[in-house]
Amino acid sequence: MTLARRRAHRGFLAGAVDRHLAILFPLPALLLVGALALYPLIYTILLSTRSYDLGLRGYSFVGLDHYVTALTSDRFWDAFARTFWFTLLSVAGSIALGLVMALILNREFRGARWARTAFLMPMVATPVATSLVWMMMFNPTLGVLNYLLSLVGLPPSVWVADPRLVIPSLVLVDIWHFAPFAMLILLAGLRSLPPEPFESAVMDGASRWQMFWRITLPLLRPMLVVVLIFRTIDSLKVFDIIWVITAGGPGFSSETLYVFAYNQAFKYLDLGYGSAVIVVFTAIVAGASVVWIRARERAWA
Amino acid sequence: MNPRTRRRLERGIDRALFWLVLAGLLVFFLFPLAWMVLSSLKTNVQGMAYPPLWLFWPTVQNYVDVFAKNPFVSYLLNSTLIAVLAVGVGLLFGLPAAYTMARYQQRTLGFLFLMVRILPGIAFLVPLFVIYRQLGLINTIAGIALSHIIVVLPLVIWIMAGFFEDIPRELEEAAEIDGCTRVETFVRIVLPLSKPGIVASAILSFIASWNNFIFVLILGGKDTITLPMAVYSFVSFEDVNWGGLTAAATVITVPILILSLIVQRYLAGGLTMGAVKG
Repeated sequence: MTLARRRAHRGFLAGAVDRHLAILFPLPALLLVGALALYPLIYTILLSTRSYDLGLRGYSFVGLDHYVTALTSDRFWDAFARTFWFTLLSVAGSIALGLVMALILNREFRGARWARTAFLMPMVATPVATSLVWMMMFNPTLGVLNYLLSLVGLPPSVWVADPRLVIPSLVLVDIWHFAPFAMLILLAGLRSLPPEPFESAVMDGASRWQMFWRITLPLLRPMLVVVLIFRTIDSLKVFDIIWVITAGGPGFSSETLYVFAYNQAFKYLDLGYGSAVIVVFTAIVAGASVVWIRARERAWA
Repeated sequence: MNPRTRRRLERGIDRALFWLVLAGLLVFFLFPLAWMVLSSLKTNVQGMAYPPLWLFWPTVQNYVDVFAKNPFVSYLLNSTLIAVLAVGVGLLFGLPAAYTMARYQQRTLGFLFLMVRILPGIAFLVPLFVIYRQLGLINTIAGIALSHIIVVLPLVIWIMAGFFEDIPRELEEAAEIDGCTRVETFVRIVLPLSKPGIVASAILSFIASWNNFIFVLILGGKDTITLPMAVYSFVSFEDVNWGGLTAAATVITVPILILSLIVQRYLAGGLTMGAVKG
């Protein structure tokens, strides 16, 4: 069959589909996202101006009252501060550790591929399951971590049962989970670096240390920014680890914004107030991501 | 010290330091997983021993108990069914979207799907909870699978857009000159060429659905207990049975670890939504 005749065989519909492919192909996915994400998001914003608890206290318009209540409550600001420290410590820790891991794996040695595989395991393991294992290891009387401390002559700790230690302990779990993620991206970055700057630095007699600070790190900047973006967003949103290990306790001492929002909306079923907290929290995550994404565009440019 | 012995000494220290750091890192990252498996093979008495036991006669009793005393098989089926449904719909709806996103550089579209990945799950959960109650979707497998599409769809779209971009345009143009419609080109040429990408994105989103906790925590019930929910409730209604707990945790984690080995190569691209290739 000649080309022209085959073309003619295409029905009117096929031609129309082809012409509007750019709209028709993404349309089903867009409708799904609209129904499951966009509509709920707008609904949450509307709910945040209402008093609503599934019919017990009616459904009345309260304006911005919930926002005022949240932003003037100590519990909110405590949760805010905890989220900030949790994110800062976890992001810094996982990137530093991930960078060390990437530098190690970037060398050639026997078993390098096995080591890489081993490092990747915590990242994909189910957080609920591994959190329970950590909870068991944190146990003050029978836990293996205190036993390991005693081996090196350190006094036992109560870990997550201590209001001052609970955030650092949870950060440790988050770093364990996600430093491998930082490693993975930084390793890809290290492998894509051009060899020339390093060769000429060796000729000039630069030390390893100098090469790391003056060449590797600056060249790695775009990748570091990518890691920073994803680690920040993901650390702000940590829920599983905290909920499983401490559920925000002891007291409220590990209640981050996510846990605070969850408690208001789904534990106390105060859906109106809960929605307001969720809107504030979501705005913080969205704001942080926009700042980082802008920074990334600059770093890549 | 003459320069040659000094150089040799430096190299020795360098090498010793390298292996020391590597060993330390391996211990830190593998220990919790190893401790999980080890604890699952202990009897209850051995599990409560202090100092902790390192060498003991292993028992599989905990695994037997997990399956015999709980409907663990049905939890396993729930998790699998939800993940398969979510991934299936995610691929069906996500692949065409990813294709035009890559071909027509639809940046706004990409940004929209990226925001769904970025925003916390709880941003969508209050209305879903309210709507699900009205529609009777609470505590149904279909309802949970539907909610997991929020997690799966952005992953599929961003991973696949990266793959589609790498397919040479000439192949598609050749197919069109041969008289294929663009839909035919997509189905007959582009999709078969992207098989590794489709497998990778399917597995990565399967893992994301399998591991997900908060959607089922809020929208689920006793008929939709997934593996993370099952293990989570182990702590609340039994006094700490560490053997059973770690056996259940091992059962959840091992399939995921094996699946992840298959897609190791695509992990970096998949987890950064295509920000990193390789």
